[in-house]
Amino acid sequence: MTLTAETSRTARPWRERLLSGGSWTVLALLVLILAVIVVINPSFAEPMSLMAFAKKTAPLVVLAVGQYFVIVSGEFDLSVGSLVGAQVVIAARLMDGDEALTWPVLGLMLVFGLLVGLVNGLVTTLLRVPSFITTLGMMLVLFGAIRLWTGGAPTGALSESFRVLGRKGFPDVPGQFQVPYALLVALVVVGLAVVLMRRPFGRSLVAAGDNAVAVAYSGASVWWLRTRAFLLSSFLATVAAVLIGGFAGVTAQVGQGLEFMAITAVVLGGVALGGGRGTVIAAMVGALTLEALFTLFNQLALPSTVRPAVQGVILIAAVAYAARRRRT
Amino acid sequence: MRSIRVLLASAAAGTLLLLTACVTETPTEQPPGAEPSVAEETPDDSGAESEWFVQADYDRELAQRDVAPEGPADEPWLQAIEPEYVDTADLASEGGDKTLCFSNASVSNPWRVTGWITMQQQVEVLQEEGVIGEFRVSDAADDDNKQISDIQAFVEAGDCDAIIISPSTTATLTPAVEAACESGTPVIVFDRGVNTDCMVTFIHPIGGYAYGAVGAEFLVENLDPGSTVLALRILPGVDVLEHRWAAADKVFSESEIEVVGVEFTGGDGAKIKDLVTQYLQRGEVDGIWMDAGDGAVAAVEAFEDAGQPYPVFVGEDEMSFLRKWDETGMTAIGNVYSNFQWRTPILAAQMIWAGEEVPSEWVLPQEPVAEEDLAEFLDANADMPSLHYAKFGGEDLPGYPEAWTDR
Repeated sequence: MTLTAETSRTARPWRERLLSGGSWTVLALLVLILAVIVVINPSFAEPMSLMAFAKKTAPLVVLAVGQYFVIVSGEFDLSVGSLVGAQVVIAARLMDGDEALTWPVLGLMLVFGLLVGLVNGLVTTLLRVPSFITTLGMMLVLFGAIRLWTGGAPTGALSESFRVLGRKGFPDVPGQFQVPYALLVALVVVGLAVVLMRRPFGRSLVAAGDNAVAVAYSGASVWWLRTRAFLLSSFLATVAAVLIGGFAGVTAQVGQGLEFMAITAVVLGGVALGGGRGTVIAAMVGALTLEALFTLFNQLALPSTVRPAVQGVILIAAVAYAARRRRT
Repeated sequence: MRSIRVLLASAAAGTLLLLTACVTETPTEQPPGAEPSVAEETPDDSGAESEWFVQADYDRELAQRDVAPEGPADEPWLQAIEPEYVDTADLASEGGDKTLCFSNASVSNPWRVTGWITMQQQVEVLQEEGVIGEFRVSDAADDDNKQISDIQAFVEAGDCDAIIISPSTTATLTPAVEAACESGTPVIVFDRGVNTDCMVTFIHPIGGYAYGAVGAEFLVENLDPGSTVLALRILPGVDVLEHRWAAADKVFSESEIEVVGVEFTGGDGAKIKDLVTQYLQRGEVDGIWMDAGDGAVAAVEAFEDAGQPYPVFVGEDEMSFLRKWDETGMTAIGNVYSNFQWRTPILAAQMIWAGEEVPSEWVLPQEPVAEEDLAEFLDANADMPSLHYAKFGGEDLPGYPEAWTDR
C-alpha cells in the first residue's frame, strides 16, 4: 500500500504537477510570461537583456527570501519597504559621497537593520502584538522618523564603492555582457536560505507556522524561532537596500511599496499566508514572476493606471488557482 | 466547490485578457496618418486633445516667457510679469509684531523642502525687523482634508494678520480659501492655484505649459528629424504636471520627433533606471524629456551602464542633475519651476500690511538653466546638497549657506 502510494506520487505526470497549483503553477506562469515577452520583443532573450533583468530583479528576490522566513513562520513583515528606504537615506546622509565612510556606514546599516528586526520580533512574540500591527507600526515609525530627520527629503549621496554591488558587474565594461554582482548576491542569498531551511532551524520554523503549540510541546522555543525570522527579514532588507541604493542612487521615493511587492512575490510562489507551507525557491520564482510581469506590462505599453488593476487580478487568480486543490 | 474556484479563477483571467485586449487594440483605432508618431504610444492623451490642454493658457504662458518682467533684476522673487496692481490701502494696518499664518500643503519633495527653508529664512529677517511677531505654520502632509481644517483653524483663531496658503489640490481647496477670504484677513495663495480670485494676490511662476514647452522645444532644436524621445512623467492627474506634458506633447506632435514612450515613474530612481534600460534594449533613444527632475541622474546612468551615447536631456535645476550634466558634458537643459517663489508670499504680506499695491496675479519669471549658465550655478551652489535647487534665491538671506547645507 505504502509503496504504491509512494510510486504514484513520484510518478505524477508533469502536466498534473504544473497544473496542480502551488510552486509549479507559478513556475509555469513565469515561463509563460517570459515566452510572451520574447515573442513581443525578441531582444529580451539576448544575454545582455537577461542580465539587466537579473540585476533589477535581484533586490526583490532578496526581499522575498526575507519575507519568506517571516511568512512561513506564520507572521508578516510590513516594515521592509520603509526599512529599505530608511537604510538608503541614512547611508546617503551619513557618507555624503565620502569613499572612506563606505564600510563604517555599511556596518551601521547592518546594526540598524538587525535592531529593527529584533524590535519587530520581540514585540510580536513577547508582547504578543500581532505582527501585522507591529510591523505596520514599524513601517510608519521608520517612515516618519526619516522624514523628521531629513526634513522631508533625503540629502547627501552614496559613495561610488557603496554603489558597486547594485550597479556594476564583471567584466566591468559598460555596454558589454557582464554578470551583475547583484545577481551573485541574490544567488548566494537564495543558496544559503535553501541550506538554512533544510537545517533544524528551518524545519522548526515551518512547523511553528503550521502549529505553534505542537512545536512548543516538542521543546523548541517558538518566540526565538520567530524573532530570528524577523532578524533575517530585516537583515535581508538591509542587503536589498544596498542593492537598490547601488542600482539607482538615492531618491525621495526609494523603498515605497516594496513590502507589498515582497509579500505578493511570496504569495504568488504558493507560500501559504499564515505559515507552515511553501519553499524558499517558490518565493524566489514568485519574485521573478512579479518582475517579469512588470516587464511585460512595459512591453505591452499598458497605461500605468491599468497596471495595478491587472496586477491585482493576476494575484487573486493565481492564489485562487493554487488554493483550489489544497482545500478540497 | 472546486468548480466554483476554477470558474472564478478563469473569470478573473478572462477579465485580464479583456483589459489587455482593450489596451492593445486602441492604437489601431487611430485614423491612419494622423500624428503617427505620438498617436502610436499615447492614443488617449495626445496633448493637443488632452482634457488638460487649454489653448489660451498655452499661448499666454508661451508669450510670457519673452516678456521682460517688471521689478529689480537682482531680486527675481520681487519681479512680476505683466502685473495688474491692486490697491491694498484698506488692508493696511499700523504697527509691527504681526501674526503671519501659513498653511503648507506638504514638504514631501526636495523642491518643497528647499523652498520651505528659504521661506523660514525670509521670515527671520522680518522678525528681526519687528514686522512679524509670530509665524504660525501647519503642514497638511499632502492631505486635502487636513489642509481644509488647518485653514479653518486659522480663520477661527481670528488672530492671523495674514494667511498664506500653498494649496494641496486645486478644486478641493477652493471653498476653504474662499472661507478664509470672507473672514476679512488678507489671503495670499502661491504655487498651485485655486478656482477663485478672492485672495489679495496669487503668486506663481509662469507655469506648467511654459515649463513643458521649453524642454520639448530644446529637444526639437537639438535633435535631427526622426529622432526618438522618451518622456518620463511622475504621476497622472495633477494639473501642474499634466500641463507640462500637454505642452510638450503639442510641441512634439508638431515636429518630426518620434515619442517612443510616455511612462509614469513616481519619481522613483530605481523605476526610472529600469524603464530607460528596457527602452534602450529595444532600440535607440536620442532624447529624454522629464516633467520634473527627480531621478534624472538614474536615467543618465541607464545610458552609461548600457554603454550608449548620452541623450539630449531635459532635466531640472536640481543640483544632482546639474552636477551630472557638468561631469558628462552632455547636451542638456535644466528646466526651472522657480523655487524662489517661496520668498515672495512673505514679502507680499509685508507690502499688504504697509498698504503698498501688489499684483493681483503675481507671475514670477521662470527661466531655465542653459548650458552657458551652468558653471555659474554650479559654482554658486558648490556646497549645497545634491537635492538642492539652484534657483532657490536665498543667497542674500542671513542664514546663507548653513541653513540650506545643514538640512
